Amino acid sequence: LCVGVSSCHRHRHRHIHHNFLRVSKKPQHKGNYHSTLLLPTAPLSPHNSPPTQTHRKQYYHNRKMSILEYNGAAVIAMAGKDCVGIASDNRLGIQYQTVAMDFKKVFKMNDTLFVGLAGLATDVQTLDQLLRFRMNLYELREERTMTPQVFTNLLSNILYEKRFGPYFAEPVVAGLDEKGSPYLATMDLIGAIETTKDFVVSGTCDGNLYGMCETLYKPDLGKEELFETLAQALLASVDRDALSGWGGVVHIITKEGVMSRELKGRQD
Amino acid sequence: MGDSAYSFSLTTFSRTGKLLQIEYALNAVANGRTALGIAAVDGVVIATDKKFASALVEGEDVSKVEAITDSSGFVYAGVGPDYRVLVRKARKSAQAYFREYRETKPVGQLVKSTASVMQEYTQSGGVRPFGVSLLVAGIDGDGVPRLFQVDPSGAYFGWKATAIGKNYVNAKNFLEKRFQDDMELEDAIHTALLTLREGFEGEMNGHNIEVGVVSKSDGKFRLLTPEQIQDYLDEAN
Repeated sequence: LCVGVSSCHRHRHRHIHHNFLRVSKKPQHKGNYHSTLLLPTAPLSPHNSPPTQTHRKQYYHNRKMSILEYNGAAVIAMAGKDCVGIASDNRLGIQYQTVAMDFKKVFKMNDTLFVGLAGLATDVQTLDQLLRFRMNLYELREERTMTPQVFTNLLSNILYEKRFGPYFAEPVVAGLDEKGSPYLATMDLIGAIETTKDFVVSGTCDGNLYGMCETLYKPDLGKEELFETLAQALLASVDRDALSGWGGVVHIITKEGVMSRELKGRQD
Repeated sequence: MGDSAYSFSLTTFSRTGKLLQIEYALNAVANGRTALGIAAVDGVVIATDKKFASALVEGEDVSKVEAITDSSGFVYAGVGPDYRVLVRKARKSAQAYFREYRETKPVGQLVKSTASVMQEYTQSGGVRPFGVSLLVAGIDGDGVPRLFQVDPSGAYFGWKATAIGKNYVNAKNFLEKRFQDDMELEDAIHTALLTLREGFEGEMNGHNIEVGVVSKSDGKFRLLTPEQIQDYLDEAN
């Protein structure tokens, strides 16, 4: 199978025009019809397997897909007046194939602390397990609940431990501290922490999410308004991202309790 | 420690169910210089005497009361070099805790991990128990002053006031009479000095005793300077 190679004499096929990046002007290797010049998407490096029948449909694009985009995700968290909200989409995909529409990415650590994880699904689940493990041990040993600040530092430490073979997940921490004020933090896959007072985002459509948050966010929103803002920001962002969507879930955390609602969005 | 040919413990049970090595370690503690501590409502004080074998000894730079974190400190009775090992380990563990959680290690956790180390040395191969009892003083984020004793066996106890080392029985009786639940830090420091004086041979001054204080007002553990100690002593007179 030769994609886009017009000089191939083996098969008769349409000449497909694409702006492929010409890597070099090397002549083709004898007998190798997989072009060294034109790069169809490498599935996920380092496995540069030749395109097979099943993968064929996804080959007509230019970008290399990174490991953080393999499963797709959108996670967002915002601070309101004495409350925080955290939301995520529901999609689980394997590259372009959607495989589940109810995949959890936001996890409750305790009544006032939630963590959302965007990235490679296996690492999302593993980190949830690891965090629960570490938190439970802490609470047993110290006989007190873990504050969001301590949790964030713990998570950062866990990620940095794997500095040269990281977990492919970018987390978002949302909670209320001991005094009841909102706490938001995010970090990259190796644990660089960023705390903010307004909103944090993560996922394959983080650019979209940032734009929606900047536009829609207002400080000191009440819990119902916060819910609306989060829902609108999330749904509008994932609609323009092929890898996230299929509905969503929003959790609003206040001192009184947690309000969780499912979002009905475009199922595509 | 505990590898190669010596992977069996040297601390073994006697027929009566006693661990003799630990008993002997407690004897070493009972022969050590007195140390005491008092937990007041707004702080904790720990103190010990610093008598030297001869007048030629330069004692200003050697201290028995040591800070472990910003808000906790140790003092001991028993074998000095063993104490220094425990102080190092405790400081390192407190820093590792801070690295992991970005929060000061609470006194209770410090006590548990130090006690755990001391217990290890009663069950690991080729080592002997530490010949010290520790008094741990500190204040946590919750503002409650805490005083703990840790023994060579690894057992730990929380105290309102206690004494260890030589003459500890008399000292504890004295403390029992003087201690009140609503005692404040200033009274506690005075009481501590009076208790030390009970068993002290010779003249007590700012240079031959050490006092460590952690107060609820700033949550910081600090050693009193010889001048400050002298002031307290003069007031007590």
